[in-house]
Order: sequence, then C-alpha cells, then structure tokens
Amino acid sequence: MKKDIILAGVGGQGILTIATILGHAALKRGWQLKQAEVHGMSQRGGDVQSHLRLSDTAIHSDLITMGDADMILSVEPMEALRYLPYLHSEGWIITNSNPFKNIPNYPAEDKLFSEIRKIRNHVLFDADAIAKEIKAPRSMNIVVLGAAIKHLGFSEAEIAQAISTIFAKKGDKIVQDNLRALKAGIDTKE
Amino acid sequence: MEKLMLLGDEALAQGALDAGISGFYGYPGTPSTEIIEYVQKSQQAIENAVHRRWSSNEKTAMETALGMSYAGKRTMVTMKHVGLNVAADPFMNSAMTGSNGGLLVVVADDPSMHSSQNEQDSRFYGHFAMIPILEPSNQQECYDMAFYGFELSEKHHIPVMIRLTTRLSHSRSGVTRREILPQNEMKQPDDLLQFMLLPAIARRKYKSLIARQADFMAESAQSPFNQVQLQAKDYSKGIITTGLGYNYLQEAFGADGIPYPTIKVCQYPPPVQQIHQLYELCDSLYFIEEGMPILEELAKGFAFKGQKPIHGRLDGTLERDGELNPNKVAAALGLPKQYGQDIPEIVAPRPPALCVGCPHADSFIALNKAIEEYGRGHVFGDIGCYTLGFMPPYNAINSCVDMGASITMAKGAADSGLFPSIAVIGDSTFTHSGMTGLLDCIYDKSNVVIIILDNSTTAMTGGQDYTAFGKLEDICRGLGVEPEHIRTFFPFVKNHEEMTRIYKEEIAYEGVSVIIPRRECVQTMKKKFKAEAKK
Repeated sequence: MKKDIILAGVGGQGILTIATILGHAALKRGWQLKQAEVHGMSQRGGDVQSHLRLSDTAIHSDLITMGDADMILSVEPMEALRYLPYLHSEGWIITNSNPFKNIPNYPAEDKLFSEIRKIRNHVLFDADAIAKEIKAPRSMNIVVLGAAIKHLGFSEAEIAQAISTIFAKKGDKIVQDNLRALKAGIDTKE
Repeated sequence: MEKLMLLGDEALAQGALDAGISGFYGYPGTPSTEIIEYVQKSQQAIENAVHRRWSSNEKTAMETALGMSYAGKRTMVTMKHVGLNVAADPFMNSAMTGSNGGLLVVVADDPSMHSSQNEQDSRFYGHFAMIPILEPSNQQECYDMAFYGFELSEKHHIPVMIRLTTRLSHSRSGVTRREILPQNEMKQPDDLLQFMLLPAIARRKYKSLIARQADFMAESAQSPFNQVQLQAKDYSKGIITTGLGYNYLQEAFGADGIPYPTIKVCQYPPPVQQIHQLYELCDSLYFIEEGMPILEELAKGFAFKGQKPIHGRLDGTLERDGELNPNKVAAALGLPKQYGQDIPEIVAPRPPALCVGCPHADSFIALNKAIEEYGRGHVFGDIGCYTLGFMPPYNAINSCVDMGASITMAKGAADSGLFPSIAVIGDSTFTHSGMTGLLDCIYDKSNVVIIILDNSTTAMTGGQDYTAFGKLEDICRGLGVEPEHIRTFFPFVKNHEEMTRIYKEEIAYEGVSVIIPRRECVQTMKKKFKAEAKK
C-alpha cells in the first residue's frame, strides 16, 4: 500500500501542517514516509509544493514520479492544476476553490473550475467559507484535509488523534478549532 | 529507539551533536540554513554549550572552525554551494594544514537553482582540494555520516567535505539515533608546525597530501556507504550513480530491482578499482550523477576513451543541467515514459514577490521616483529579498551577482563615468561582504550612493540574526563615510516624498553617500507578535 500525495498552495498557506498530520497518522500505523519540502526564495508568495510519500514498504525517491501521484491536495484552485503532470488517471484532486490572487494575470475563476472538473475524481469546494462558518477561519487547510482523508484510506479517528497530538502545545482552543475543521471537511459535499 | 522525523539538514545536525561536536559555524544560505537553525533550538546543544551562533560570512565561519579543530575539538562549518566560493581560500588551505579535532565542511548544493545564482557542484572543490568527500543519499546516511566523517577526519588528520543537495536537505524521513559520544578534550596539535603554511613547510605538506591520496582511496574502496552490486541479470549496461540518483534508479525499477550491475558512490575519491571492474563486466556505462558530470568526465577523459560507450550528461542521455528526478532517470535507461497530463494553459506562473507591507517596496518606489530623469540601468542589486525588486511593478534593480557585488560594481561603473551609480544591499549582506567594498569607495572618494536596506534580519533565509545588527551607522562612520552623508529614514507610504528628496540630495553629492532605510521585516514582526501573544 502506498499513497503519493502532492500538497500544493502558495507560500504561507499551511500545506506543511497538512503534511505533518498525515505523516503522523502514517507513522502511527508503522508506515514509512518521505516528505520533500520547499524552503527559500519561493516561500515569498510564490507557488509551493510538497511531495508526501507514505507506504508500508520501503520508499526510495524523495520525489514522486510524474504520472504516479494518487492525489493533489491543494489549498488554492490554480495551484491544484499546476501539478497535473504528476497525477495518475485514477488520482484525485481535492482543492479549495477560494483563489489567492497575488499576481496581475490571475485567470478567470470559472475557467479554472471547469479545468478542475475535467478531472474525473475531484472535490472542489470553498474551504475558507466553511472554516469561517464554523468559526475557525485559520483552519482552512484542515478543512481541505478533511475532505481528502476518505480517498486516502484514513479514518477520522486516526487523523483526529494526529491533530490532537500535533496541536497540543498550542492549547485546547486550537485543538478544538482544528477538530471541528476536520469534521466539517469530512462532511463536505461539493 | 523511536525514529525521529528529520530533514536531511536536521539529521546531519543531530548526528554531529550525538557524535560529540563542540561547535557549528556558518552563514545562512538555502538549502543549508536548517542545519544551524536546528542546533539553535536543540536542548542538547544548549545543555552542552555547543557553539551555534551565526558567523559574519562563510570565510570567517570556515576559519573559526579550523581554529576549533586546531584546539582538538570536533567542529562543523555549514554553507550553501556559492558560500564555498567565499570560503574558498581557507577551505583550500585547510587541506594543506589538515585538521586536529574532526573537521566537517558541509556544503549544500542547489541543482536546478531553486534559490541560487548557479548550480556549481561542490564535489569539484573537494576534488580540487584533494580531501575526502561524503555524499549521503538519504536522511539516515546524513546522520551516520556525521559519526563516520569525524572518525575519518581524525584518523587521517584531514578535513572531510559532506555534500548535500536541495532535495535531501529539505526532505524529511525517519532517522534512528546512536549512542551519544562525549565532546573531545581541548588539545593542541602534536606538531606545532601543522598549521604553519610558510612556503618551505607548505611544500612538504603538499607532498604529504599527495602521498595520502592512496590512503583516502583505500578508505573509499572499503567505505560502508559505497554500494557495489556487480552480480546482475543484465550486463548490457553498468550504472554508476551518486547521491539522490541512486534513489531515483531504485524507484524506476520498483519491486523488480535494478537489473544492471550498479555502483552507488557515496565516498570520494571514487572507488576507481571497482569502477574498472564494472567497466570490464558491461557493454556500456551509464553515469547518473546528481549535479555536474564529474565522475563521467573523469572516466571519459582518461580511463576508457574510445572504447565501450559511456552515457550520461555529457552525451545528452541525461540533461546537461538541472537536478535529477525519477522520470529523467527512467527515461535515460530507456524505460517507458510516464506522465499525468499537461498543465492547462490558463495556469499562470506565480513567481515569488515582496510581501505585502514589505519596507523594501517603499524604498524602491521612492528610489524609482528619484532617478526617473536618468532613465534605466543605474542600480546595482545584491543577494537577498530585495533582489525581488527586479520584479514588476518595481523593475528597480539591474544586477544580481554575488554577496557584496552591488557596492563594488557601482564603484566600477562610477569610475567609468556612470551617473548616478547606485548600490542596493541588505543589512545582513552588507555585514557579510559589503564593508570592504565600501572602504574601497571611500579610499577613492567614488561618486556612489550606497543604499543599505535595514530590515533588521537575514530575511530571505527565514529571519536569522546577524553580527552587525544595530551597528550600521557606526561601521559606516568608522570606515570613513562623512557623517552628514549617512542618512536614515523610515520607509513607509506616507514618507515617500521625504525619501525621494533624501535620495536626490545624496545623488547630487559628489562622493560616497550611505542611505539607510530602516523598518523591520514584516515576517519577523509577525513572528514576534505571535510569540508575545503566546505569553
């Protein structure tokens, strides 16, 4: 069993937190993981991605092979499309629909959405709106994660356990915000 | 023991801590920064008083580490690949002096230039200096090579280079720790001439360095890290691979395993005898190296010319530039091409940009206004966040070469008659390599305006402190800039008019002016607010 996941977004949107949570849950199962991150110049408002590889057998490469990714998990809609060369034909795109516009030539949203809908397995939804609705506006990334976990074969309990551990030192309010965000993400229907 | 999830950088740092290191020295630079950042947060380092503060630049860091080695302690100096250019003088000479306490020179290369001006391969420097090089291909090897590297260094009294690349430095995986070793006792070298490179002694030492190459080669031949697999199903190809190339090779063949005889080189000088054996066994050789084709050139240039085919980056089997990945390696070996689907055309590039509220943005807007009348091509840039002032809407700088080059290039252009000739450099970069260039300007009374953008941090690499913090005006005055031509202002929207006026006044002054726009980086401010709120 292996899961190759491309996490996508813009510098500062919290994709590494998603990677940490999934990684924690995988390790709890006794799986192995490799996680390639982007540091340096791109973090200044540029596109960022992380290759997260989880497997119950040995993982060799830190990078995912093009055409092999099981999922693109994105916190921004245009960024979800940037990594299509990595996605295999049965793979999933799970993405926030709320655009992050910091460039002058950002494309029309309806065109972006129609490109995303061309991918057979996709979940496209406004995770920011949901995060605001449940009064956890900074947990948008966890809402997106929530929408992804059943397609990755993780249970709510496994991910909730990881969230509770990872956010523990930030206090109970943050833990509860993120657990609500996870639940809201899981309940999402496009 | 439970595994730690560590970046390659962090695994190496933890390995060095567990192997009894006494001090880390370095200057921040992607992708090497996380080594010392990890140590700065490590309780183990704090309890054992391990040195972990930043140095002014890579040269001072390298020399300080050499001094610690002189005194018998284990030490590591860290830098990015272009940082080794700055440290090249002490680095090359450290091969001549050799080490006393274990000395590891850690250089993180950046193939594909994710955050760099070039993709030079530090193995050439190691080869040039004639010292052993270790090149890990996974996080566990990063950890283990710290132990092994110190032992190798102390056994042969030689600095050992550890070469990392971006994808290993910045990728996380499980690492198993070993038993912690105590630090070395302070102990001067047995031979007090060891670090004395006067010509007569240096000649002797160079002969000794040459003589010891055989020992280094013998170490490589039996290295626990080089993997030699000569038994194989298929001898039509033989593969020599380095660093992450090995992982991609394994990935390409998956569960079936690599069908060809393969040597993974993790320790240099390369195991030449085993490479010869491989050559004898196979119809052709493939070199899969992360970085420049150093082994391929060595093989092609001398050993096997005109005989069996040798494939790699030199004949285009692999792209000549850029980092490797699993797809490139698979294609080079003739495996079927794998690909998802094309990126839709509407996806626009999203280059990095100055942050919203960045003080540099205000400094550039006012500067553009002040020099509007002279046309473009008057501003020399440097290395840091403000290099992004090149991007629209600012289009404010016209060069980016190396740390400190803004000031000296502005001087050279001013000497040639360019007016105005303006340098833009950050506070930390000025500390690293700007002061000597400014002294040249003062010595010649060159007609330049030097803008030191002071955001009170080393911002591009994530907000590290630096050695000249709070001392910029004192330094400029001390070097000899006239006090009335050291100007400061607060770069902010409502101050643009005043800022433009100050720029214009100093452009009009025929001599050396220093202007210091000073406002803290918005990223480090945010971090401070968060830390305050936590309390």
